[in-house]
Amino acid sequence: MTTAEAPAIGLTHGGSEDTGLGHRGPESKSIVVPYGFWLFVLSDMVLFSALFATYASLAHATDGGPTSGELFDRTLVAIETMALLLSSFTCGLAMITAKRGNLIWTVGWLVVTGALGLVFLSIELYEFATMIGEGAGPQRSAFLSSFFTLVGCHGAHVTVGLLWIGTMMAQIWAKGFREHIMRRLLCLSVFWHALDIIWVAIFTIVYLIGTLP
Amino acid sequence: MTELDPEKLNVAPGTPHSNILSETVAYLIGLALALVLTGVSFWVASTSVLWGPGVAVGLVVLAIAQMGVHLVFFLHITSGPDNTNNVLALAFGVLIVFLVMIGTIVIMTQMDANMAPDPALMNLQMQH
Repeated sequence: MTTAEAPAIGLTHGGSEDTGLGHRGPESKSIVVPYGFWLFVLSDMVLFSALFATYASLAHATDGGPTSGELFDRTLVAIETMALLLSSFTCGLAMITAKRGNLIWTVGWLVVTGALGLVFLSIELYEFATMIGEGAGPQRSAFLSSFFTLVGCHGAHVTVGLLWIGTMMAQIWAKGFREHIMRRLLCLSVFWHALDIIWVAIFTIVYLIGTLP
Repeated sequence: MTELDPEKLNVAPGTPHSNILSETVAYLIGLALALVLTGVSFWVASTSVLWGPGVAVGLVVLAIAQMGVHLVFFLHITSGPDNTNNVLALAFGVLIVFLVMIGTIVIMTQMDANMAPDPALMNLQMQH
């Protein structure tokens, strides 16, 4: 009896269950994988914080070129914001239906999510094309370089997210709601919600504060 | 407390609750709050009722509030014991984000303020 209750210190292989990774050993993959992805998303936010800091430092370095107040159109930004916010919502609905194994609704909500993401991306590309057409491309001034880097980086993330949504729809269709497919779906939803969080910062700092009178 | 439920010790970020109604309601509440905050942001930015210099600060506060709404209602980050790891990682991320942004902005503003005048002007003065 005394040996069985000896404290588990040091090398604990064999008799003890203490592996040094918490009392019950490592968590299951369905916890560890999304947690690792959460760390990636947070490091992505650190990347964006550097781009935001660059933009904030250079926002007034227009070199005599167009300023933020002259370039940005709040109506377009409002539509972009709505599209991305609603797509974040429908992505959540897709996760709810996926958890219950409903193929039609999950794919349906994912299609809506992707379509709204596509609306967002199209408006952004239209805005970029218009600006470059007016001679306000990234070469024009330090302000515009940092603007295109920051907003373009977010747009690139949305593009990757759209490809990922398409991939996940194909995987659900082909393989069903297996455990590893559910893990990927969860990571996708974390990614997509994070993009919306970054967009909140962009539309506030770049577009709204940039167009204040 | 007898046996701990193995499912309850940790939860992955983004994992919804267990009941379909409460899950959907949570997303609807989040959507409604986010819509209100977005609407207020756009209104604050375009109205002339408010004190001008305070508008930018107000917008930043609204944005941070909306990010919080997204974290709680869409990413399901809670203060519960099953979320400790997620919250700690988030706290560290936020710390780094603020260090990078505030540090850069403070340093660059200082350098801008202390920068020597335009080189062209300097040359003009030296020619005397």
